[in-house]
Amino acid sequence: MMLLLISTVLCIGIIVSALLAVHLGNTVSAAISAGMASLFAAIIYLVLAAPDVAMTEAAIGSGLTTVIFLYSIRRTLTDGTKEPPEK
Amino acid sequence: MIKRATILLTLVLLGFLFLQMVVGYVPSSTLNPISRHYVASGPDELGAANIVTAVLVTYRGLDTLGEVAVLFISAAGVGLMLRRRTGEKAEEKQRRPSSELVGTAIHFLLPLIFVLGIYIFINGHLTPGGGFQGGAVLASGIMLLLLADPDTHLNHTIVHLLESVSGFGYVVVGVLGLVFAGGFLDNRFLDLGTFGELFSAGAMPIIYVFIGLKVGTELSAVLERMKD
Amino acid sequence: MSLSIEGASLPILVLTSGFIVVLIGLWGMMSRRNIIQIIIGFSLTDTGIHMLIVAVGYLHGRTAPIIDAAVDRARAVEMVVDPIPSALVLTAIVIGLGVTALMLSYAIQIYKKNGSLLIDECSELKG
Repeated sequence: MMLLLISTVLCIGIIVSALLAVHLGNTVSAAISAGMASLFAAIIYLVLAAPDVAMTEAAIGSGLTTVIFLYSIRRTLTDGTKEPPEK
Repeated sequence: MIKRATILLTLVLLGFLFLQMVVGYVPSSTLNPISRHYVASGPDELGAANIVTAVLVTYRGLDTLGEVAVLFISAAGVGLMLRRRTGEKAEEKQRRPSSELVGTAIHFLLPLIFVLGIYIFINGHLTPGGGFQGGAVLASGIMLLLLADPDTHLNHTIVHLLESVSGFGYVVVGVLGLVFAGGFLDNRFLDLGTFGELFSAGAMPIIYVFIGLKVGTELSAVLERMKD
Repeated sequence: MSLSIEGASLPILVLTSGFIVVLIGLWGMMSRRNIIQIIIGFSLTDTGIHMLIVAVGYLHGRTAPIIDAAVDRARAVEMVVDPIPSALVLTAIVIGLGVTALMLSYAIQIYKKNGSLLIDECSELKG
């Protein structure tokens, strides 16, 4: 019963994070929200008795993927000082 | 307006299909025959305590080889797309040096993270873990190094050498399994040892060491290429 | 062994959440204009599908497929969950990262060429 309650809270957390990730306008916040959804999913995998998958999802989904997104957002910022390249 | 209506219609139709899949779903109560065979004869035939590792490395070893190949292709693709073309020089941004707190913490934490990663993939056949998890933890350590000191450059010679040797070693172990034991990537050409020891399960630790090093170095190279 | 209400509802809960996250990711992919937000939607769809596969492999009241002090060898067939979906999802997560990295490097190149990240401005293939 307790396990079911925890799992319900976690699943609601995953769905809310996913909704935030596609709804927010700021791309950095959206990337971090997607990382949060991966983190809650890693805890759900532990409840579902799959520890290998939980470890992989925590390390790759909410660590490396978020950092790759943030690096590429940084490289594509339109700051006002740079001229856009010629078409 | 039309575009929004189309998107909504597509999502409603897909939602209806998914609903049909969920409503009639009855969770099974016993293992299906293939899983039963893997769980029952995995520890006896292969000597591994972690059955997911046994499935990934020996029973479905060819799929893992394909996955390592896909990861290699994607890393090569990232390296190709983001290479520095002639005439472009590196962007020189004024970066603040990181604070001393971060630098000291990194010097303390980085060896611990590397030891944790190596522990995870060496003990892949006994405890939860394995090559992919250990490689991801190694890449996270490198990521911490890149975040803390933005001017670090990895030594490309060592990274390329490790990656090539690991990939090649993985295929060599597979061929050794073909020559000396039952088939490609069979782990029984080395002695199976006692169940539960570190040096048991034949060639399975060796395969996982190669996979862990390859995945770790490959993801670190991808991270460094995407940084700038 | 009959399935109680508690035994059946954990996989069905995670199955439903997985399907909802897949739909949210698809909605994100179809309705956003910024390329990086489209790729975030793709990553969410991937996460949802992985949740689905792991939820299908769960059996009520059983533990992880590792043989140690808690699960002994002779009775393991009645005490562990399905190991095959875990192995499939492990591979899928790593490949998802590789594909996401490749897509993001394409996005960076498109930005360098066009000067903006909106897909409305990518006009090379239009007639």
